[in-house]
Amino acid sequence: MPVLTYREAIRHALAEELERDPNVVVMGEEVAQFNGAYKVTEGLLAKFGPKRIVDTPISEAGFIGMGVGASMLGVRPVMELMFWSFYSVAFDQILNNAANVRYMSGGQINCPIVIRGPANGGTNVGATHSHTPENVLANHPGVKVVVPATPADAKGLLKSAIRDNDPVFFLENTILYGDKGEVPEGDVLVPLGRADVKRAGTDLTIVTYGRCVLHSLAAAELLAKEHDVSVEVVDLRTIRPLDIDTVLASVAKTHRVLIVEEQKPFASVGSQLAFMIQREAFDELDAPIHRLATIDAPAIYSPPVEVEQLPNPRRVLQAALEVLA
Amino acid sequence: MTKKTSTTAEKKPETAAKSAGFSQAPINAGLSGEQKIGLFRTMLRIRRFEERSLRAYQAKKIGGFLHLYIGQEAVAAGCCSLMGKDDHVITAYRDHGHAIAVGMDTKGLMAELYGKATGCSKGKGGSMHYFDPTRNFWGGHGIVGGQIPLGTGLAYALKYQGKKGAAMAFMGDGAVNQGAVHEAYNLASLWNLPVVFVIENNGYSMGTSQERSSAGELAQRAAGYDMEWGQCNGHDVYEVRATMDKFLSKAREQSRPSTVEIDTYRYRGHSVADPDNTYRSKAEIEEYRRTKDPIQVFQDQLVAAKVLDAAIVEKIDAEARAEADQAADFAEASPFPTPDDIQKDVYWEADNPSERKSHGRLFFE
Repeated sequence: MPVLTYREAIRHALAEELERDPNVVVMGEEVAQFNGAYKVTEGLLAKFGPKRIVDTPISEAGFIGMGVGASMLGVRPVMELMFWSFYSVAFDQILNNAANVRYMSGGQINCPIVIRGPANGGTNVGATHSHTPENVLANHPGVKVVVPATPADAKGLLKSAIRDNDPVFFLENTILYGDKGEVPEGDVLVPLGRADVKRAGTDLTIVTYGRCVLHSLAAAELLAKEHDVSVEVVDLRTIRPLDIDTVLASVAKTHRVLIVEEQKPFASVGSQLAFMIQREAFDELDAPIHRLATIDAPAIYSPPVEVEQLPNPRRVLQAALEVLA
Repeated sequence: MTKKTSTTAEKKPETAAKSAGFSQAPINAGLSGEQKIGLFRTMLRIRRFEERSLRAYQAKKIGGFLHLYIGQEAVAAGCCSLMGKDDHVITAYRDHGHAIAVGMDTKGLMAELYGKATGCSKGKGGSMHYFDPTRNFWGGHGIVGGQIPLGTGLAYALKYQGKKGAAMAFMGDGAVNQGAVHEAYNLASLWNLPVVFVIENNGYSMGTSQERSSAGELAQRAAGYDMEWGQCNGHDVYEVRATMDKFLSKAREQSRPSTVEIDTYRYRGHSVADPDNTYRSKAEIEEYRRTKDPIQVFQDQLVAAKVLDAAIVEKIDAEARAEADQAADFAEASPFPTPDDIQKDVYWEADNPSERKSHGRLFFE
């Protein structure tokens, strides 16, 4: 199987979908001539030309709203936010217009838009550029939210997202862009809303997504070696729709749960998961559900300290031991 | 505070003389008597619908807000009468006039106000959120200025798909101060999109007059984006059509955007919740009603041209009133949506389960 970086996997998904459907347009700041702020779209302008790969001004409310309007008439825009953190300046377009237009029109209008870009901390860019808005986005019925952790998932999920008739928000990670992994060749889709057990285990379930999957896998390795604990790592991959069944099946096996997320703790994705697990699997639990999140403050700049603010393998390990105690 | 005097009148002293000429503009001169009566009928139907909906609101049949279009009828009727099959319309929350002007059935519109399942948006949108994509009408949007990027996107799609149409993106005079509007102006001009931004300037952004909320001329701001702009008198449907025809043609033929400010006036408050006694005088409203009422102005023109006479006017008015009453009867007799309907029309996939590709839960409790 070919090995691709996460960045290349996304690029391949874009290129394949551009090839497949003439309605697909890639649009965003620096995506064309500059070849992408993070080089995700490198080479696409040369291959598909300026009608399909479109540079926008720094004007998120304008161009995202424009994409929403174009999607109502059947264009399928894939909009790049240089950082998902910039969603705040386009909030009305994303969460009033894209999220609500189908409902408010009584189902007459679809909005098949994809908005993608990185949403992560850990790169020392401070509080304004380190938002992880998956909980905020998923709080809006009508939208779908995807957070891939691996190159194969990134490609397969993005292809599904572009073909989806509902608005899909696709949250990548700048730190993962260079990570390599095997990616199946050809037109292989990963359906939205299906979690993936990234590591099987029997003593503890870690429910996680995005880059925290990698931290959890690293911690699981250490837990196996140093503590003789068998950890199952469930990667949600999609936040909404949510594959709670896979989570519950794992809980029924391990009876202990740690949620790991790069979110601020208050009303996070993990908060929702913890509610659902206790509600639907209370009798399976041998310990209170635990959750490891980002330390509750705006993202700190200081490079060595930011590592400690975010979940990392050491913090995951520690939290896991607390659940197992 | 009073409504800012129309800059059109100030800057173009020939306006009054020209006004008589607008009926002879090519786009108007070609209208048959029947078509002129059709325009008149549309305006009157809007007014009677609005008056009927106000009574329904006062009878507590309607919830939430109700932003009436009374006084502005020539704008929606004039602009929408110019639409071809690839022309599209989007507007803000004062949307009843546009919906009627594009041809939506008033029964569905009234039922939507009543929150009924037979409403044009199945009782899910309400007064501010009328939609009918089959008539190229894309809402009905509640956030001031928020629809303007969407309208720009409609124009983008037209251009992308190689269609020779134009989008009309309507906003009020208050919307010109929203950032999203300016971002849309820039994109439309930068990318040569076929959109006409229409500012329906009724003088007040809610209860704040234009001179207390906006610096400079409203339409002229488009010049900063290298966009053509114009102003016109919105009390004369002929002038609205003549002006809009010019800019719509430019959009369709040359794919260039423009901004048109149409001077108009609303007789009612911002919404029916506005007591309308703090920011303008009754005398000002009365003056507009007496001298500039768009329906009366057009009626006088058509009577003078012997297209209409008192008997026809009376007949059209009786029909418009009857239609509004029938719409209210229809709304009254219609069922409400059920709690089971709340989670329908949220996701395309949930409403089309046989074609669903995703897995997992879409809804939560």
